[in-house]
Amino acid sequence: MGILEVQNVNKHFGGLHALNNVNLDVEQGSVHALIGPNGAGKSTFLNCLIGKLKPDTGSVKFNGEPVLGKAPHEINQLGVSRVFQTPEIFGELSVFENVMIPCLAHRDGAFKINAFSMVMKDKEIRQKAEDILEDMGMKDKMNLHSGSLSRGDKRRLEMAMCLVQEPKLLLLDEPTAGMARADTNNTIDLLKHIGETRGITKVIIEHDMHVVFSLATTISVLAQGAIIAEGLPEDIKGHPKVREAYLGEAEV
Amino acid sequence: MKLMNDRTLLIIFAAFVLAAPLIFAPTGAAYPDLLQRFAIYGIFAIGFNILFGLTGYLSFGHAAFLGVGSYASVWMFKLLTMNIIPALILAVVMAGLFSLIIGYVSLRRSGIYFSILTLAFAQMSYNLAYSVLTPLTNGETGLQLRLDDPRYLDGASVEGTLPSTNLFGLEMKEVFWNPNILGYDLQFNYGYYVCAVLLIASFYIAMRIFRSPFGLMLRAVKTNQNRLRYTGINTRPYTLTAFVISGMFAGLAGGLLATMDPLAGAERMQWTVGGEVVLMVVLGGMGTLIGPILGAVFIKYFENIFSKINEGVLHSWFAIMPEWLDNTLVAIVSPFVGKGWHLTLGALFMIVVIFLPGGLVDGAKRIGGWITGANRRKAKAEAE
Repeated sequence: MGILEVQNVNKHFGGLHALNNVNLDVEQGSVHALIGPNGAGKSTFLNCLIGKLKPDTGSVKFNGEPVLGKAPHEINQLGVSRVFQTPEIFGELSVFENVMIPCLAHRDGAFKINAFSMVMKDKEIRQKAEDILEDMGMKDKMNLHSGSLSRGDKRRLEMAMCLVQEPKLLLLDEPTAGMARADTNNTIDLLKHIGETRGITKVIIEHDMHVVFSLATTISVLAQGAIIAEGLPEDIKGHPKVREAYLGEAEV
Repeated sequence: MKLMNDRTLLIIFAAFVLAAPLIFAPTGAAYPDLLQRFAIYGIFAIGFNILFGLTGYLSFGHAAFLGVGSYASVWMFKLLTMNIIPALILAVVMAGLFSLIIGYVSLRRSGIYFSILTLAFAQMSYNLAYSVLTPLTNGETGLQLRLDDPRYLDGASVEGTLPSTNLFGLEMKEVFWNPNILGYDLQFNYGYYVCAVLLIASFYIAMRIFRSPFGLMLRAVKTNQNRLRYTGINTRPYTLTAFVISGMFAGLAGGLLATMDPLAGAERMQWTVGGEVVLMVVLGGMGTLIGPILGAVFIKYFENIFSKINEGVLHSWFAIMPEWLDNTLVAIVSPFVGKGWHLTLGALFMIVVIFLPGGLVDGAKRIGGWITGANRRKAKAEAE
């Protein structure tokens, strides 16, 4: 049984059948890439997983527990974290505060009035936040205003924020979109490093085939709202349907 | 970044507040009534800043809670006792309940829709107080003390005159020390010191909230609510708690206004009063600890002192000038003072918003930076 089971998910936007009976089974510990041409429904699918959108029909189970209809914060508290296409961080706060917030959310839950202790004197939270920044190579930047970071560093910070929650499943929506090749390679190394040290199951949506084939253990191909192929990277590379739908246009 | 630690800041603030009758003497503002208003509106602004400064939710409805606090206090004075403690407690509780209801509904929306909802609620509360709930609020006339009020706890103590508000027998209006220092006639009264102690306590609470995990979450709401949701935080109860806390501060301020003068009118609920507290916080520096109090003092000072400067006063200022210059200056300045004090305040507000988005606190920091040379060092560090 996989950590994430998606069955027969359908989603319509007016006349558009955005997701057509999508099934997906993500194995514990795997890196599952979801690829497909523009408009294939990848982001819609991801939004259905995290509670931003509600599919018309179908079921999504995380660790055997149905998550459809749950609010985003409830799904996160179950152990699903998400990295967005454009880094979503707390731009007006310092890097350190950015990382402390997920630490607090992980320890104290979705809501706790803790108005009379000093957040900066909370040793446990401080230590965890410092450790993750150290691990991500951002400790020297911890007192900077996070809004002033470079795009690559914002991405790195966002990943730190997700990882510090010790998620069971990490969803990454085009983590290298708009990055230069050097930054892309850094991100690949970072994700590999995360995989080695933490063994978190990941679902990656990606356009860049270089990234996909460097990281993925399983690939599913989505085209026009339906999964047209699924398998190991080697199989996908040679799959005629995939070549026709997608890879024919891209360099491999 | 940090200029001083919290304890030092609190001690300096407390000393300043307690010595205010002395400190404000040269400005002509050191009479008990105005000082009390400074402290009360300071409390109002501190509370408002916890909502607006931290979460960024702009409410125009906080006048309603100020009004609820006043009405609740006066009812306590009428029914129970002239001691201010039960009155203040009921004011805070009632304002808290009111803000829970209004906040629960309004916080379903954010941004401008939230502001409009609170504005609508404030206007509704005003109309309720003004006409519909006349048995509770005494409508247009306002709720006042009467000789035949029951006052179950201490009703029999006074004959023929209306009793005055007190704290265990210490009358709020009573001036307990009236020295003459440096040629200024100073008045120290109990009422101001009750307000001052509550102001310091409010400041301390705000400071703790600012530094707490709860405060950090509120600031995160302002910065990126979306990220916060996907970080496993349920944002609604956080914003609602901030709303209720600020409503309770407003209720306390309203109750204190009633202890100064035990009558409550619907005009205290008008949305312009709620707009004024927005001005106070923005002018002083939103999201800062000391800014809202500075803003409150500034606006109340203008309202009470600037508005009293008329042409006669101006002529006496410019008396040493030749007459034609005196007249010209008076003609130029007079539209900005007296009845035109709003004009000066408006101009000042525009200057602050355009040039000092961080408010007066930001301005003070910049001036401090010039004096100590920190700005130059920073610019140099950035250049390198």
